Amino acid sequence: MTDTLGIERASQDRPSEGLARLLGWFSLGLGAAALGARSRVGRLSGIDGSPTAQTVLRIAGVRELGHAAALLVPRRAGWGAWTRVAGDAMDLAACGRALQGRRGERRRRLTYTTVAVAGITAVDLYTAVRVARRRRPEGNEVHAAVTVNRSVEDVYRFWHDFENLPRFMHHLQSVRMTGDRRSRWTAKAPAGRRVVWDAEVVDDRPNERISWRSVPRAKVPNAGTVRFMRAAGGRGTEVRVQLGYRAPGGMLGARVAKLFGEDPQQQVCDDLRRFKQVIETGEIVRSDASPEGSAVQQQMKQRPARPLATRGAGR
Amino acid sequence: MKANCWIAPNNVAVEDVPDPQILNPRDAIVRITSSAICGSDLHLLQGYIPAMKKGDVLGHEFMGEIVELGQGSRDGLSVGDRVVVGFPIACGNCTSCQRGLYSICENSNPNAAIAETAMGHSPAGIFGYSHLLGGYAGGQAQYVRVPFADVGALKIEDDLPDEKVLFLSDVLPSGYMAAEMCDITSGDIIAVWGAGPVGQFAAASAFLLGAERVIVIDRFPYRLRMARENTGAETINYEESDVLDTLREMTAGRGPDACIDAVGMEGHHASAALHAYDKAKQAAKVETDRPHALREAVLACRNGGTISAIGSYGGFIDKFPMGSFMNRSLTLRSGQAHVQRYMRPLLERIRKGEIDPSFIITHTMRLDDTPHGYDIFKNKQEECVKVVLKP
Repeated sequence: MTDTLGIERASQDRPSEGLARLLGWFSLGLGAAALGARSRVGRLSGIDGSPTAQTVLRIAGVRELGHAAALLVPRRAGWGAWTRVAGDAMDLAACGRALQGRRGERRRRLTYTTVAVAGITAVDLYTAVRVARRRRPEGNEVHAAVTVNRSVEDVYRFWHDFENLPRFMHHLQSVRMTGDRRSRWTAKAPAGRRVVWDAEVVDDRPNERISWRSVPRAKVPNAGTVRFMRAAGGRGTEVRVQLGYRAPGGMLGARVAKLFGEDPQQQVCDDLRRFKQVIETGEIVRSDASPEGSAVQQQMKQRPARPLATRGAGR
Repeated sequence: MKANCWIAPNNVAVEDVPDPQILNPRDAIVRITSSAICGSDLHLLQGYIPAMKKGDVLGHEFMGEIVELGQGSRDGLSVGDRVVVGFPIACGNCTSCQRGLYSICENSNPNAAIAETAMGHSPAGIFGYSHLLGGYAGGQAQYVRVPFADVGALKIEDDLPDEKVLFLSDVLPSGYMAAEMCDITSGDIIAVWGAGPVGQFAAASAFLLGAERVIVIDRFPYRLRMARENTGAETINYEESDVLDTLREMTAGRGPDACIDAVGMEGHHASAALHAYDKAKQAAKVETDRPHALREAVLACRNGGTISAIGSYGGFIDKFPMGSFMNRSLTLRSGQAHVQRYMRPLLERIRKGEIDPSFIITHTMRLDDTPHGYDIFKNKQEECVKVVLKP
């Protein structure tokens, strides 16, 4: 599954995935009980007393183990949840048939069993629908926009030179052009490591938009589009950025955030703020409390607003 | 170097701190010859502006001599120049700066993300005015780093003494802008809440801009006397007479044509009960500011008049008389002074002798005595109106 930016996506939907695994363990328990303690299960559920019931229970036990395997073994419990729904349908049918021949205490127990199976069916159906729906890509894609007091031509030209990007994108160490459309990007990663990937421009319409994408098999698959639009009434240029990335090994969400140092949305907003500063004033504004520039992380860890202690006191 | 640092609420101390250094190409390092304590420093002192850190260097009204310039400084500044520095830090390149709205410069607050959380959008960075507004070291020190010096530092080319030009950095343009926002026309009566330096300059400026009468409201007799003697204003002491009644009487029922709030977030009220009410809410952090002056200004203003709010507000106020405001076609204008816009024209007025801002100075002391200066200014002792500090 790829998203609008052309990045391979995995599931984002952790809760339903977790529920599917829980049902997998539930199946395992049921299967083991049905096979190991057949007569007691039969008596408890009210379906004991006939040779057919013994066979039905045995089949159901094997089937539950199958569900368990389908839900627990694969990395993603995709269709496994639907096998449980199918099994539930079989169980309900069996219960319905059995109810016709039962009376008294056994009928009452069987009724309870049927109601319980119906409840489980509802949970299974809910999980299956959620797990199936989760494939829709989401997250890991951030948007931000800024208005810059410069002409569209100036802004486009500045961005088009990718070697300018590290001046305002703080997680980037360098971008080097390696060909007409190809470039090599180096980014800072946690623990002083670096990540390098190659990217290519996939769409370039002068003064309108630039799209780029990491080449296949990049360590950090990512892509971005920046659009430029003249702001009405001489208000400069509206710059809209759309970025998407996926971290190595399918790690998602928070771990991507860690790779890039902070919340990606905030990161992109800060990057654009610095972009505006660089293109409008020629510098990234630094206060005495945050001489490294403006980034949310630095804002959180600010020193008192007193000058830097590098020159020695007492002039 | 020595600098006056914020330590904790109601606690400042002069400490040895490192010298500033050039961080950006358009920076200048200024050796300070005079700086001042501003009324809005009291909000920082008392801890009403949350983003202060122990050790922050205070002060946003200062002047001095350029001792060092970054590589990228433009426009004829050079080492040795005598300059006054405007308190808002402004880049000069963004849309706001180019429209003359320097105190909402879009590029000068490196902590814009924090300010956006609190205010929706970020204003400009300000020297020594909390981390919400940039975390810049202030000018109650021997030296200060001035970012975008080519925009913020005004060269003083003649031998006017510091005392006459120092207040171009804040209180004079603030008072002037407060009066300018009133759009004064012939015959106008202007009421000014607050007889501190900004209020007195607002009164003086209102006359300069053509007001017929100016009425200044305060509770300290010495401040009211000063306003009367130096600006020609009439005065009301709100602890002695009811402000709304008196204003109605003085204006024959119309109300002042425009009302200037030069008080801000730490206002006082003649009624002890009402004052206690807002003070309690402020202590409980239900309300951050005490807008007594603003409320009264709205109620006092004539129908269709203008409220000009120059007093500092930090966060949220309760019980704004919106019904009165809406039904009577009032206009509210406000803003931190766009100092850079006013510095040069006001310097001209000082040169011509149209205004001499030095009349507000009541105390001059050494930088080492700054904590004492804060003390007498805050508690209105020794008839203190303005303290000038000499490093």
